[in-house]
Amino acid sequence: MRIKSQASNLREPDLSRRRFIIAGATLSGSFLVGLPLLGLADAEKASEGSSRIGYFINILENGDVIIGNHQPEIGQGLRTTLPMLVAEELDIEWERVRIESMPLGIVKTADGYTWKYGPQGVGGSTGLTNNWTHMREVGATGRLMLMQAAAQLWNVPLEQCTTRPGQVICEAAGKSASYGELVRLASALPLPESSPALKTMDDYRIVGKAHDNLEVRDIITGKTKFGSDIQMPGMRYAVILRSPVLNGTVAGFDDTATKAVKGVLDVFPIEGPAPGAPYFILAHGVAVVADSTWAAIQGRKALKVEWTQSPNREDSSEKFWKENLEMLSGKGQIVHDQGDFPTALAASSKVIRHTYEVPFVSHAPLEPQNCYAWVQKDKAHVIAPTQSPSGASRSANAVTGIERDNIEVEMSRSGGAFGRRLTTDYVAEACIISQKTGWPIQLVWTRDDDMRNDFYRPGGTHELVAGLDDQGKVTAWSQRLASGSKYYRRPDMPDEDLWKPELYPDDFPKAMVDNFRLEYFHNFIGLPRGSWRGPAHVVNAFVIQSFLDEIAHETGQDPLALRLELLDRVEQQPYSSHGGPVMTPGRLSRLLKFVAGRIDYGRKRPEGRGVGIATHFTFGGYAAHAIEVSVSSEGNLTIERIVAAIDCGFAVNPNAVEAQLQGGTIDGLSTALELEITVRDGQVVQKNFNNYPLMKIKSVPSLFETHVMNYDDTPTGVGEIPVPPAAPALTNAIFNTTGVRIRRLPIADQLRKKMRS
Amino acid sequence: MINFHVNGRAVQFDGDPDTRLLWALRDTLQLTGTKYGCGIGSCGSCTVHVNGKAKRSCITPVSSMAGKSVTTIEGLAGTDGKLHPVQQAWLEHDVPQCGYCQPGLIMTTVDFLQKHPEPTNEIINTNIDNLCRCGTYVRVRKAIHRAAELSAREK
Repeated sequence: MRIKSQASNLREPDLSRRRFIIAGATLSGSFLVGLPLLGLADAEKASEGSSRIGYFINILENGDVIIGNHQPEIGQGLRTTLPMLVAEELDIEWERVRIESMPLGIVKTADGYTWKYGPQGVGGSTGLTNNWTHMREVGATGRLMLMQAAAQLWNVPLEQCTTRPGQVICEAAGKSASYGELVRLASALPLPESSPALKTMDDYRIVGKAHDNLEVRDIITGKTKFGSDIQMPGMRYAVILRSPVLNGTVAGFDDTATKAVKGVLDVFPIEGPAPGAPYFILAHGVAVVADSTWAAIQGRKALKVEWTQSPNREDSSEKFWKENLEMLSGKGQIVHDQGDFPTALAASSKVIRHTYEVPFVSHAPLEPQNCYAWVQKDKAHVIAPTQSPSGASRSANAVTGIERDNIEVEMSRSGGAFGRRLTTDYVAEACIISQKTGWPIQLVWTRDDDMRNDFYRPGGTHELVAGLDDQGKVTAWSQRLASGSKYYRRPDMPDEDLWKPELYPDDFPKAMVDNFRLEYFHNFIGLPRGSWRGPAHVVNAFVIQSFLDEIAHETGQDPLALRLELLDRVEQQPYSSHGGPVMTPGRLSRLLKFVAGRIDYGRKRPEGRGVGIATHFTFGGYAAHAIEVSVSSEGNLTIERIVAAIDCGFAVNPNAVEAQLQGGTIDGLSTALELEITVRDGQVVQKNFNNYPLMKIKSVPSLFETHVMNYDDTPTGVGEIPVPPAAPALTNAIFNTTGVRIRRLPIADQLRKKMRS
Repeated sequence: MINFHVNGRAVQFDGDPDTRLLWALRDTLQLTGTKYGCGIGSCGSCTVHVNGKAKRSCITPVSSMAGKSVTTIEGLAGTDGKLHPVQQAWLEHDVPQCGYCQPGLIMTTVDFLQKHPEPTNEIINTNIDNLCRCGTYVRVRKAIHRAAELSAREK
């Protein structure tokens, strides 16, 4: 099976001018998604009007406004932040806002499928930025139409009408009317050709102010429905026994004992992809369908499956790390070469070289993968926790053959995602099982299914080399990486492009160091790889921010001063990958100086205490950490204090940004402390939280400050930005305290071993 | 047939008595507020109260429930909708991110505060071991202290 990359199937059609207006796309290119699209504009617009203005706004008579949310909610708070944008421009009181979920909206055109409500999906910390203009335009257009309706009703010029929250007023005529009174008239008006001007920062009443999660009450009373909570009439539960060995296939199976389990209804094999081939589902296996989750799990336990010999049966972590070092001893693919690195290195007064290992890690969202699917003869209904509803639609189409128009995809709230739910393998599985049985199916993944069938963050071995002049200034820099690229099984992916998701040439220190080289070696391990929150930035920030401290230490410089000296070398640099078009090093310096100040960086600390700092630019946003630790003589580590700062341009909902800064920091630390996925005999070793120990509250210090520092009036992404600097700030603090340099993650028991030896 | 009470309601379970309480609550009684996270009693997402004490329902056979009284997150607030002080504190601190682990954390905290009405950070650290993958721990800690305050006020 071949698939196209995520974004390629859905594109804006080449619309005629008329259609362009009806589609509500503004000249700026963004969608006026409050407005009906294409032919739907006429069909959906009842002449007598309705309570709805377009797809997103539903104004009730009592003044409450239901705002549609078309984006996945994975814990990042988008279902609160996006309605804030609509409410701001529509001019309503926040207390009147309620939200409703919108399904995937795609429309078939002569040019393929296009979006009905605007692009849907979250990844790369773009959930807010992709919708920033577009959601405000939805609100502003709604407000304009309400004012037009009032002007018509009162027979006054539009210019004399304005709004105050929930009302249109015309002072000249002494008139006012609530939105609820006007909406039926407004909804029947022709759509404006373009959005009215949007508010500027000074006028914001809602945007930029901290707002609590709109759904918190439902969550804390157990009412919220996550994907796994979906229950439908006639629904059956399914689990799959997947090949324990990577890329193993089913040679045969005995389901006698399984079928003897009360409640088991059906057992059949599921075919997966060829090794290394693009996939819709990941693994070969045998499905067990039952009338309850428990029966399905018990039935699976009783299953006897004979697996074929997999080409990956001898894969192991040991082999992987060994091969990486062997590769690094040779010559790789030079993927970036600026200045003359070899000559500069040869001319330098001092050369510093260190090797770091960053492991494979699992997403491990607390809600394992799951999907509700009901595939009927010529239609299907899917409800899934997903970051990519269009991916879910494509997967369902690919495995069932049902036209995408006839596949209804709804997004449930996701119990975490972290990049795992960009892939929709579980949707494909559920559709296959529903189509085979004809039943509505809730596909359940157990924790071990989830941990052993993930798209892991690629592990890799990095060799960093720096050349310094006699003043201790860095003049040459190279990073040589041997890793398993996450692009390894993309369709039509040439080997020479495999480095692209693992090294970002425009990152620090490109603009600061004249002679700069990146070299890549690909290790074809069978372990599946994918995007893990902040992808390669988390990995590279650890390596680069650790190495900077090593340079500082070995040249007698202060780690903060060294960073500031490098960052101060340029004002701005072009940044061609995601997060560009420019990176401003001064924004990193500002954060670094701030966190250093807060933690009293220069203060002499007692024996056994130390601080570390780090900073990184990720997907347009800037973050820095200062961490204070104590380490006992036995090597027991305590994180004593954390200062975390983010510059996300403009924080639309500072409360949500703070939450991400807290959670992202903890994610970075949790992963650095204990987490690693390993492979033995072609099988993932870790199965559950007992050997994949996420951080607990006891490791999170009560001294934990977060600082959300605005820079201008343009929001950047948030969700991934706080993760990268956390781990190196921690390991730099460990070095500062103990002199022990952590060059391999996770930290695990390295410190105890080294301190005791 | 196993007879017990859930959120004050008498229930009878006639399936496999080995079924874990978690699945009986979710699949049979449609009380989906209690979550599956690990199946080995490690993450705490499935925490409910059995006769008032926190219990990890993913490793608790329903057969052991005979004659007992179970409270789930759905039964924690008053019938008038008034939130439990722990829920109120969670609301005030806007604790959840994805929200999946929160019902279990709340049920764990309710029991914890009964045993430790005036918890220090140290006591929290040694007693609360639920997992939150989103890392809401900073707010969880604040909310626990706040819940202790609210509970004391109610007494």
